[in-house]
Amino acid sequence: MIRLEGIRREYRTGALAVHALRGVDLHIPPGSFSVLMGPSGSGKSTLLHILGCLDRPTSGTYTLDGKEVTALPDTELVLLRRFSIGFVFQSFHLVPRMSATANVELPMIFAGVPASERERRAIEALESVGLADRVLHRPDELSGGERQRVAIARSLVMKPAVLLADEPTGNLDTASGEEVLQLLLELHRQGNTILLVTHDERLARIGDTLIRLRDGEIETLEST
Amino acid sequence: MNPLDLLKMSLGSFSGHTLRVRLTVLATSIGIASVLLLTSLGQSGRDYVLQKFAGLGSNLLIVVPGKLETSGGPPVAPGRTHELSLDDARHLRRNIPGVVDMAPISIGTMPARVGNKERALVILGSNDRLLHVRQLELVAGQNLPSLDLEQASPVCLIGSTVHKELFGNRNPLGQTLRLGEYRFRIVGLIAEKGQSLAMDMNDFVLIPVANLMRILNRKGLFRVLLSIRSFDEMRTAEEDVRKMLISRHDKEDFTLITQQAVMSSLGDILNNLSWAISGIAAISLLAAGMLITNVMLITVVERRAEIGLCKAIGAGNSQILSLFLAEAALLSTAGGVIGVGLGLLGARIIQWLVPALPVSTPVWAIELALAVSFGVGILFGVLPALRASRLPPVEALSRRA
Repeated sequence: MIRLEGIRREYRTGALAVHALRGVDLHIPPGSFSVLMGPSGSGKSTLLHILGCLDRPTSGTYTLDGKEVTALPDTELVLLRRFSIGFVFQSFHLVPRMSATANVELPMIFAGVPASERERRAIEALESVGLADRVLHRPDELSGGERQRVAIARSLVMKPAVLLADEPTGNLDTASGEEVLQLLLELHRQGNTILLVTHDERLARIGDTLIRLRDGEIETLEST
Repeated sequence: MNPLDLLKMSLGSFSGHTLRVRLTVLATSIGIASVLLLTSLGQSGRDYVLQKFAGLGSNLLIVVPGKLETSGGPPVAPGRTHELSLDDARHLRRNIPGVVDMAPISIGTMPARVGNKERALVILGSNDRLLHVRQLELVAGQNLPSLDLEQASPVCLIGSTVHKELFGNRNPLGQTLRLGEYRFRIVGLIAEKGQSLAMDMNDFVLIPVANLMRILNRKGLFRVLLSIRSFDEMRTAEEDVRKMLISRHDKEDFTLITQQAVMSSLGDILNNLSWAISGIAAISLLAAGMLITNVMLITVVERRAEIGLCKAIGAGNSQILSLFLAEAALLSTAGGVIGVGLGLLGARIIQWLVPALPVSTPVWAIELALAVSFGVGILFGVLPALRASRLPPVEALSRRA
């Protein structure tokens, strides 16, 4: 499913080279639930962006769904983001002027899904995250937990190969955070592949694999 | 991304920024309105002047027998000249497309007598179409009868000077006018008109052309006046007439006179002037365009996170580009539509204030104004849209939304 080999990423600020990732090897099998942990500056975000095809490694190879991503042109990366990757962000990133349904429809608009089918699939996705009664609400009319569930519905609506969740509970109170976590676990049980990025130690053992990153390298990788 | 979704998303993005959007639309509409208004004024002014000139005979093609070798001089006929016959006139009327009216002219001077008053008068021999072709009007009575060109009839029309000098205040209609030994019944009175084509249009007697040619024992006409359907057809009509007469006469022993050359250069000058005025108005459109660029740049900065998100969930650069271009085009086209309304209203107001100047807005100017407003949006939206589409997604997402 996902295989990283010798992934390095360097940023150059002036004369100074910052090594965000120093040779990461990682395998994420389909249907797995991996938790990626590490202190600030450990390279978590950089790794997540590379996995999400938003950024390219300086060297190394990344294989997603049998395709070698590192060799693909930008236009192909767009298609991978569109069809193979689902993103969930700490700060939700919902479009404030759009209803929950419209937000969930957004990826399908870019993918060219016809309007009638879009609405049906968006409502289905919202029902699957327990928001059947919130489909027409705008983000400012929803609680934090509900917003994150809209975002999860949006990330699932294209049926991606992998769901990348970047601190999805970071901006939520305990109860809402628990709601979102339970939803992720349920999605995992349904067969979705999930990578959860967090620095909340309480979530370390929620998945089946725990990856600890430090200074741009994998420190430990354990099955839990 | 289908066009309907594009339109919906662009429309949606305006919600919540109403003041900014309104001001931009207003600026564009003022620009479009001023361009439209000044274009209408320019075109109407041009049409007005041309129409005034047309009254002097711009649609008139005049055939003169004899070849005019140098412009301005009298016709000199080298060698034997064919006369310009009634048959020629009939042929031109029937066979040249674009000729909508024809009046042959024969001319002579004769002593005219009413009772015991006698005076030498200019006698025009023509047909019932002359009044229309020369844009003369009847004050009283009726026109010459509609006859074959060869058919004579003892009736005449008189001009206002003839009326005054021979009849004073008496009603001349039905009276008899003696031209030499011939008697003509006066059936109509021609309205006063100024000098035209170097002839006093008030001091003449009009009789059927067949009568005059018989009286003077002439075979050839003095002129043939051809009325052409429109100013634009003048050039082709002129060529057709030339060809037909050459084929009938075997040589170019005639001269064609039009006001075409003068008219078309006058038209060109007025046209250029009109465009120059519209161009000046377009400067305000430039300012509106820059406002659109500015507003769109602000929008791009404000919506960095949204752009980043769209890219993360699978929007291609070209999709982002078209989204922002559509927004800019929507802003400017809305301004264009309102501007057209304002422009038409302005034209109405000017018409009301200055009734003498007819202001009409040509349909092509409205279409052009709408096209220009759309174009302004695209043109001035390119820079912000490119900036949005090239935003690196990671950077755009890193801000908290």
